[in-house]
Amino acid sequence: MSNLQSQLKPSRNAKSVLPGFKLSMGFTLIYLSFLVLIPLAAIVLHSLQMSWSTFWDLILDKRVIAAYKISFLTSLTAAMINVVFGFIIAWVLVRYNFPGKKLVNGIIDLPFALPTAVAGIALTAIYAKDGWIGQWLYAINIPSAYSVIGITIALTFIGLPFVVRTVQPVLEQWDHDVEEAAAILGAYRWRTFIRIILPQLFPAILTGFALAFARGLGEYGSVIFIAGNMPFKTEIAPLLMMTKLEQYDYAGATSIALVMLVIAFVLLLLMNAIQWSFTKRWGSL
Amino acid sequence: MTISHQPLPSAHAAAVAPATASRRSTPYRSVTSEPAWVRRVLIGIVLLFVIVMLILPLITIFSQAFKRGFEVYVAALEDPDAWAAIKLSLLTVAIVVPLNAIFGIAAAWCITKFSFRGKQLLVSLIDVPFSVSPVIAGFMFILLFGAQGWFGPWLQENGIAIIFSWPGIMLGTLFITFPFVARELIPLMQTQGIQEEEAAITLGANGWKLFWRIALPNMKWGLLYGIIICNARALGEFGAVSVVSGHIRGETNTIPLHIEILYNEYQFSAAFAVASILVFVACLTLVLQHWFDRKRREQQHS
Repeated sequence: MSNLQSQLKPSRNAKSVLPGFKLSMGFTLIYLSFLVLIPLAAIVLHSLQMSWSTFWDLILDKRVIAAYKISFLTSLTAAMINVVFGFIIAWVLVRYNFPGKKLVNGIIDLPFALPTAVAGIALTAIYAKDGWIGQWLYAINIPSAYSVIGITIALTFIGLPFVVRTVQPVLEQWDHDVEEAAAILGAYRWRTFIRIILPQLFPAILTGFALAFARGLGEYGSVIFIAGNMPFKTEIAPLLMMTKLEQYDYAGATSIALVMLVIAFVLLLLMNAIQWSFTKRWGSL
Repeated sequence: MTISHQPLPSAHAAAVAPATASRRSTPYRSVTSEPAWVRRVLIGIVLLFVIVMLILPLITIFSQAFKRGFEVYVAALEDPDAWAAIKLSLLTVAIVVPLNAIFGIAAAWCITKFSFRGKQLLVSLIDVPFSVSPVIAGFMFILLFGAQGWFGPWLQENGIAIIFSWPGIMLGTLFITFPFVARELIPLMQTQGIQEEEAAITLGANGWKLFWRIALPNMKWGLLYGIIICNARALGEFGAVSVVSGHIRGETNTIPLHIEILYNEYQFSAAFAVASILVFVACLTLVLQHWFDRKRREQQHS
């Protein structure tokens, strides 16, 4: 995300001979206003109509807090699983050759292309008590469906491509010089990896992690089928919002939405800040 | 830069080893590669992870869809409600994808070809749907156009239905999928620069000629890539659509919502049968994505 932003530093004079600035800019701004700015403003203004005490009561409701906790912890776990496996997948895809490599590379994007509801029912079928994997997990007392484990599995599926697709291009454009120098100077491969390779990949890994985490916090379609949706136990925040909407409890839904929006934006800011300080310390990659 | 490094470590190994030795049987290991057993273990982990996490779900969908035989599969697809859902989904895609493609081109054009203040902010705004929950996306439009929303009373007086009707479904989908074309085009057009366009203008081309002859051919593969992802996501959008649709059977159900209803009614085989259409589309998307990506890279390197 911020890779893109760093590319966008103005490098030309303001005057351009090219046509279409007003037209394209105007269309873009109108489009964004109607789809993003006005709708988001609606949520903020709607929540301003509430008094502070009602707002706090709604936010600090026990069931709401439990839903946040579940959403936060499962998304965090899933994003961390994806950092580990996403990194290994990106590494293997860029550096090694093996049969089926092209297929693996192609299918990594499946969670982006497959509708979330379809993913949800498929994962539920696999991890339910009589499912292909579920029967083994249930046999050793791991309830893989209708539990937080199930939610984490769904969120891992959904977030899988993010880390792979952010780390992979960085590894592809990798300059081997430093790595070779470290080896020639006598560093073990493991040490080179920890001291040379990992720090340079850190911004890409962090970006992938944050994207997967943010996606997990808001995810709905793939989770609701496998979650079981029991209040206080397996109810995620987006589902609780949906429940409140179905009961026409707009105040309750608005307060949850506002908190989720704030968390999402703080997350993005934090990520950008960390990357900025990193680039400052290590130089632009 | 004197030596261009190839990404594959085996190439290094071959360069170190005597020229006659084949890459695989070379006894030397490159200093920037791992021992063979580490490589094998890592490849094994990746294959296992991909099979369990990605390939198994695909197989499951087809196995479940045909569990009760071919007749049940066909019956699920021939059901009038399923057809109504397919039609609504296709209508949504037919409206959403062209609009978002035009937006993507417009946004990428002004961001990459001109410099102005607040560009970073504009780029960040385009990323907003990535961090907003689909449920919130749908809810925003209810607050605007629902019965108790800002424009609700006015819409009701004039007999216009947006929420619990197809325009609401369209708006929700539009919001969730608008970044995809723009996000593909911006980096692509950024690296392409503006020299070609400037040359064309200097030589007397007008705006439209410039767009059709220079800009569009240059962005072609990136545009197609963005469109195919936008299409897949629009077809499969669930959360946002679920909030605004009202779930009226045969009227405001898209394909994913129809699947949910079938599933909740314990018609598992039918649900998976309808889901298999979307799996087919998803696989087609992956193939096309790969193809467009290769074309785009070829064009960039030529």
